[in-house]
Amino acid sequence: MSVESQGPQVGADEWVARQARRREYLPSWLGSAQRAGERVGWWPRLAVAGLAAVVLPSLGLGGFQLQVGIDAMVIALLAVGLNIVVGWAGLLDLGYIAFFGFGAYGFALLSSNQIGTTGIHLPAYLSVPIVMIVAALLGLAVGLPSRRLIGDYLAIVTLFFGEAFVEFTNNVAPSKLGGPNGITGIDPIRAFGWQLTSNFGYYYLMVIVLVVVMAVLRLLESSRTGRAWRAVREDPLAAASMTIPVNRVKLAAFAAGAVVAGLAGTLYAAQQASVFPTDFDTPILILIYAGLILGGAGSIAGACLGALVVMVIYDGLLRSPAESGYLFYGLILLTLLAKLRPWRRLAGVLAATVALGLAAHAIAKAISASAVAGGPQSGGWIADALRDWVIVPAKAQPAGNWGFVVLVCVLITLVQVSSRWRTILLPPTLFLASFVWETTLVVQPSVTRQLMIGAILIVMMNARPQGLLGQRRVEALT
Amino acid sequence: MGFFFQELVNGITTGALYALVALGFSMVYGVLKLLNFAHGDLYMVGAYVGFFVIQFFGGAADLSIAVPLLLVIMFVAAAGLVGGLGVAIERFAYRPLRDAPRIAPLITAIGVSFFLESSALLLFGGQFRVYNTSEFISLSSGIRIGSVTIDSVQILVLVLGLALMTGLRLLVNRTRLGKQMRAVAADREAAEMLGINVNFVITATFLLGSALAGIAGVMGGLLFNTVTSTIGFIVGLKAFTAAVVGGIGSIPGAMLGGLLIGIAESMVTGYISSTYTNLIVFGLLIVVMLVRPSGLLGRVQLQKV
Repeated sequence: MSVESQGPQVGADEWVARQARRREYLPSWLGSAQRAGERVGWWPRLAVAGLAAVVLPSLGLGGFQLQVGIDAMVIALLAVGLNIVVGWAGLLDLGYIAFFGFGAYGFALLSSNQIGTTGIHLPAYLSVPIVMIVAALLGLAVGLPSRRLIGDYLAIVTLFFGEAFVEFTNNVAPSKLGGPNGITGIDPIRAFGWQLTSNFGYYYLMVIVLVVVMAVLRLLESSRTGRAWRAVREDPLAAASMTIPVNRVKLAAFAAGAVVAGLAGTLYAAQQASVFPTDFDTPILILIYAGLILGGAGSIAGACLGALVVMVIYDGLLRSPAESGYLFYGLILLTLLAKLRPWRRLAGVLAATVALGLAAHAIAKAISASAVAGGPQSGGWIADALRDWVIVPAKAQPAGNWGFVVLVCVLITLVQVSSRWRTILLPPTLFLASFVWETTLVVQPSVTRQLMIGAILIVMMNARPQGLLGQRRVEALT
Repeated sequence: MGFFFQELVNGITTGALYALVALGFSMVYGVLKLLNFAHGDLYMVGAYVGFFVIQFFGGAADLSIAVPLLLVIMFVAAAGLVGGLGVAIERFAYRPLRDAPRIAPLITAIGVSFFLESSALLLFGGQFRVYNTSEFISLSSGIRIGSVTIDSVQILVLVLGLALMTGLRLLVNRTRLGKQMRAVAADREAAEMLGINVNFVITATFLLGSALAGIAGVMGGLLFNTVTSTIGFIVGLKAFTAAVVGGIGSIPGAMLGGLLIGIAESMVTGYISSTYTNLIVFGLLIVVMLVRPSGLLGRVQLQKV
């Protein structure tokens, strides 16, 4: 937040932050590897990551995985751009998605039949820079309120800007913008006589763009402007007295963020060949924020990594029952492995969970055959493994709904009770979670993935507010 | 002229509803300095509670109890359940973050909103649920002045809304709890040092604010008839606008803002076009924010160094 109107200033006390960070290295050899990685410097790491992304498709990614990869990189690009405004300059911009939408619509208008009789079909080397420049101007215009408004008020105004964009594209000039039906038949990226049509092409293009943007931003981060952004984030008043032109610096952050979002928009529109108002609504904004927050606001690598993780989970894994099953049970196991110490307790909980499930299943079967008639909804070997363990009634849905309500209540209780009771309550909770998953969640992936994103945000903020790679910011008392 | 006054009445009615939601929003902002994005979703839960109360007593067409009793049960159930939900959200999602950087509770609030919305979608399904208000409340009976009609649901909403706002105003201005709330809103640490139980005050604020949102949800169900899991977002946004236009953290401001937004909305719908309603309302907000950054009735806060 830029300025606290009340209470102590929230900032990063460098020394405390550094001390806190020292303790954040992973234990043993992992920590050494981490430290070694940090010593290498940023550009070899970026190059290695880029190379890995280039090699990935040749390991046999299919059409669907490729599409997920492209979408994930679009969101990663957006998160990296949002990081300029939110992470560095500390301006809470909830209308960021509108710049993405503007980029997409701008590209769509410049490379389709929408305007005039034959339409405008500019080559990419003209249309993309035009869109980026206009996005920058728009960013400046939207950033203007940041001269007067601080903190939450700015968040509100930008949120309304984002909503206004969706309303605008939905309602204004339907013959040009297409209303809810959007714009279809957009040209692919086209320049100097060749054009990009395959998803492989877009995948590589996205990798190149993402790596270049991240490198540029890394240089920007340590530049004068980058340092000014962070100074303004920590304390605008102090920054101003150090002769930093606070207002101009804030506007620059908005414009820079808008340029990146506009670029992401053009690539998105070209790859999809169509744009719709719903593509630029709040749920996508929340995904971008989830990525940025998960990775850690203020860190380029964190923003990129967080967005990739969120999108691969959201778009890739939570779509098909089999894959989301792996994710669900894998995450539970990983959490237990990480949180339950000593190992005797872990083994006890796991054994108790298995025994509880087997017993409950046997009892339920003895009472009524229809109580276990459903069978697990997850696919693959998970379903086989769970067949005699989890109870799935013939009428799965209503039972699952009640289970869901009870599960939320139990989880809330679990956070509160002492660690001894937590150990005792854990096996029934795990069983209940699996029950809810198999009966309800796995069959409604479109709802479940939103639910998961919401839950991830809540848990993440409570467990590690600074994100995975973000730096802990310490409250400096004034 | 009749048309104008009819639109005015409609606007004031929806405005009262927005004002109730905005009040809770503003109160929470007052004590916690938190933009509670989940507040609109509490409205949605309230509307669902009302719907299920109607279903419980046999559905709109053949009710097993008297209509006034049904209304009382609907409002009490919505206020109680949604109030409890609000308290639970505060306890488990926001309290651990009270001293975290300001962005953390904000993001959590977005997460809670997402969670509530998709939970409702999961539990209650995606279809529109219909109150069928006209089946049990005769809409034609009401006050008629010239060509302007105020139907019975509108009367109910206006009277109840006014009563709740007056009650809240008395509570905040005249009671001990209200005084404590104002103290916490002014300076939480100082209030704590003076022996005020800050946790209790914040819990009470969430209870009151959420209960108001729940009641507004039932009102919304009666007025607009349809309920789905996504109605919370847009109403939350309007209430948000109302609270901000009036001056966030200010209770009379929230009421004023709610009425203004309601009237503006129905005038735009009546005289211009319903497609531009939201666009114009949002535009209005941006203009107000630029002209008076702290809202119409908000205090300009001095920056401490």
